[in-house]
Amino acid sequence: MAEKLLDVKNLRTEFKRDKSWVTAVNDVSFHINKGEILGLVGESGCGKSVTSLSVMRLLPIGTSRVSEGEVFFNGEDILKVDKKKMRKIRGHKISMIFQEPMSSLNPCMRISKQITEAILLHNDLSKDEAYKRAFNVLKSVGIPDPDMTLNSYPHQLSGGMCQRVMIAMAMSCEPDLLIADEPTTALDVTIQAQILALMEKIKEERNTGILLITHDLGVVAEMCSRVIVMYAGRIVEEAPVRELFEAPMHPYTQGLIESVPKLGSDMTSLPSIPGSVPDLSVMPKGCKFAPRCKYAMDICREKEPELVAVPGQEHRCSRCVLHKLEEKEVSKL
Amino acid sequence: MSTPIVSVKNVTKTFDAGKGMFAKKTKVHAVNDISFNIMPGETFSLVGESGCGKSTTGRLIDHLLIPDTGEIWFDGKKISKLSQNEMRPLRSDVQMIFQDPYGSLNPRIKVQDLIGEPLLIHTNLSAGERLKKVYELLEVVGLSAAHGERYPHEFSGGQRQRIGIARALTVHPKLIIADEPVSALDVSIQAQVLNLLQQLQKDFNLTYLFISHDLSVVEMISDKIAVMYLGTIVETAPKKDLYAHPMHPYTRSLLSAVPIPDPAKKKERTLLKGDLPSTTNLPAGCLFHTRCPYCQEKCIKERPETQEIGEGHFVKCHYPICNEEGKNV
Amino acid sequence: MAEMKSTVNIQNFENVEALPKPKSKVKEFVKKFTKRKTAVISFIFIVLLLLAAILGPYIAPYDASQADYSNLLQGPSAAHIWGTDEFGRDVFSRLLAGTRLSLASALSATIVGTALGILFGLIAGFYGGWIDSLIMRCCDILFSFPDILLAIAIVAILGPGMINVIIAVAVFTVPSFARIMRSATISVKESLYVEVARSIGCKNWRILWVHIFPGTIQSMIVNFTMRVGTAILAASSLSFLGFGANVTEPDWGAMLSQGRNYLNTAPHIVLFPGILIFLTVLAFNLLGDGLRDTLDPKMS
Repeated sequence: MAEKLLDVKNLRTEFKRDKSWVTAVNDVSFHINKGEILGLVGESGCGKSVTSLSVMRLLPIGTSRVSEGEVFFNGEDILKVDKKKMRKIRGHKISMIFQEPMSSLNPCMRISKQITEAILLHNDLSKDEAYKRAFNVLKSVGIPDPDMTLNSYPHQLSGGMCQRVMIAMAMSCEPDLLIADEPTTALDVTIQAQILALMEKIKEERNTGILLITHDLGVVAEMCSRVIVMYAGRIVEEAPVRELFEAPMHPYTQGLIESVPKLGSDMTSLPSIPGSVPDLSVMPKGCKFAPRCKYAMDICREKEPELVAVPGQEHRCSRCVLHKLEEKEVSKL
Repeated sequence: MSTPIVSVKNVTKTFDAGKGMFAKKTKVHAVNDISFNIMPGETFSLVGESGCGKSTTGRLIDHLLIPDTGEIWFDGKKISKLSQNEMRPLRSDVQMIFQDPYGSLNPRIKVQDLIGEPLLIHTNLSAGERLKKVYELLEVVGLSAAHGERYPHEFSGGQRQRIGIARALTVHPKLIIADEPVSALDVSIQAQVLNLLQQLQKDFNLTYLFISHDLSVVEMISDKIAVMYLGTIVETAPKKDLYAHPMHPYTRSLLSAVPIPDPAKKKERTLLKGDLPSTTNLPAGCLFHTRCPYCQEKCIKERPETQEIGEGHFVKCHYPICNEEGKNV
Repeated sequence: MAEMKSTVNIQNFENVEALPKPKSKVKEFVKKFTKRKTAVISFIFIVLLLLAAILGPYIAPYDASQADYSNLLQGPSAAHIWGTDEFGRDVFSRLLAGTRLSLASALSATIVGTALGILFGLIAGFYGGWIDSLIMRCCDILFSFPDILLAIAIVAILGPGMINVIIAVAVFTVPSFARIMRSATISVKESLYVEVARSIGCKNWRILWVHIFPGTIQSMIVNFTMRVGTAILAASSLSFLGFGANVTEPDWGAMLSQGRNYLNTAPHIVLFPGILIFLTVLAFNLLGDGLRDTLDPKMS
């Protein structure tokens, strides 16, 4: 069994809306091993970004709170450590890259300043040493002329270059865990391919654990070893990537995989999931996917299913196994 | 052979960059010498990465922009030199659907008035007749007449895109220009809207100009595809031909870069080096030569002409890839 | 998954895509507005002022211009709650009567200035080019004078009098409105829905009035209330300096001006009009703040 790098247990995050708290993320548990890429998939508003921000403790205080759960990083519950220590962990042990590379960089600061700032913050180095390190990191992420890039401002670089700089910045302190929140969504396919190859390389060379948050099933299929599918703030399915795509267990995962147009499939019409995602404050009772589910039975609308291990496949779990069971077994429930 | 509904001939469009008294006068070459024909009833797609000029091309055909040189013909009329007023009667034949379902609907106008607006402009129908038509169309795109009384912000992204489609349909257009109509939507909603577009094409006998960056979506919906790079069309072909035998190195690398949602199929990638060159300072010779894995000396010096390789398959390359191994001929 | 391979079953969509309940815009506005306590208080204060302006002469305990030489410069008392001035006129009654003149002049000046400013700003923002340059450079010229100095200059040219004060205040309201309107127009003009409007074939005037203008109203309402405050102040200042209302007419600014000679012996003559002007300006500004927040869809 590989060592667990990050272990999230029963995370529950709530947001304040009109004086009451609505649950954005509920009962989310997962872990990431060293040198593993874990995919977190879901549509907009399913709580995937909120999950990562909760782990990093970057949610706005006052309007949001983590009301339940534990997040173990290297065996320590980082939801309980004090702010000073958390700052040390953030950027040093866990780094994050975001969707919009252009707006994640400060437009008024040279790249060199921004990277060395991160390095100096966490390391006892002189300015020259920090610069040298920045130079090397940039080179390692495939930037052809690091000196020129270091002396430019963000607007002088393209989107792909900015994302490389962001990754370099995140990697500059050699973190154990990299959280990538839609890192290629704003980029073109050819640039996306470059960035994905780069992340793969980082994982191989440094044994970094990567949490890859995305809505793109293609990216997941190519990059990840395990996948978590989220819907309406809950994990609905967790499985190794091959098994997930070969035999999706949860009806939502099935619908999601089927509704993606596939290159070279010669299809002219797409199966689609009817309806749209429920609003956080008016969640349906019972299974959250029931109103859109073609297998929905009476029990689905009454009682919310638990996330259970799939019978016969202990390493994967799903929140819905009902439609795979025989009629008789259903009536017993 | 029927006559094309849209015919674009050697169109070029540049924008001025660097405004102001002392700024250097530079030009952004958005579209460089493109030509293509769209046949009635087909779906013609423009694919390419951001900044390749595909949206500019759509706006040129919709007469929101005027080309610098070249001609655009629509339905037997030359529209590239028409003034706004001369174009107005033709507007009912060309309608546009936009990418951003949140920005493309005026937030202060009721949905039924938004959908009815083209009717107000292009027809003499009374208010009651207009409303009746609007209610019909709301049903056609899968909403209900009751939704007409609401404001755009009360709808979800997918529903707004339906409203945009209903609006484009009101005046029975011949051509619909769809500029990235699904790229802002979630996958499950995206499939709903794509299906709707296809159904409507059958029911109303529409011609689509479909603009997208997503090659998988394009494959599903198109009959013919043009691949754009840096403002030029590098390859045009019927759908099957293009996906089975991409001949331009750019098309090939574009196709290979698309992640496939099937972990069982790991495929070989031709990773492109570097970034897009700037559109203010186009490379000499072939526009793609700075990133082309098969670049030769001739490519650096000479800009290739468009040549027809197969039936309806056009390529702008000195050394198109003809065999499966990806070697040059 | 054969059953999931649906061809578009159009009727299906309506059943499954549940819509939120329609909300009445007015109700929502009222609900949002009433949450803002300062704005509500300001609003009530302004309503009372308007009532006073309409009913002032009828509810005033004394005639505003009735001199009473037996009661000169009296402090506040039961008979004259805010005291009397140097001619024995009741300060409270004069203030009540003055409300009409002061508010009317400020409001009409702002309305005229706003209307012109909106027109110029719309034209400048929408058409751009030399029209834009011409209008904006004219505004820059007006901007280069301090507001009150400009007003004084205009009144000095036109001669004193209430109408001229209104004109002067209106003139210095125009450029700031034109500028705000221009930038609002430009930002709305760039929005996608305006391009959509053009693509379906709208004429310019339709784009301007149906699609662009309503999008700018929000900032205009807010600015209007703020400018009313400024206008009251400006009109009062002009009256104070002797450019405005006739000495015999009750006007807040004029009262302030005439009362300053008795600042040592009878401060109440200045105090009450001063407080009233201060509160009115404050009320309009707070109302403006409240409206801005209420109209902002991002604020709850």
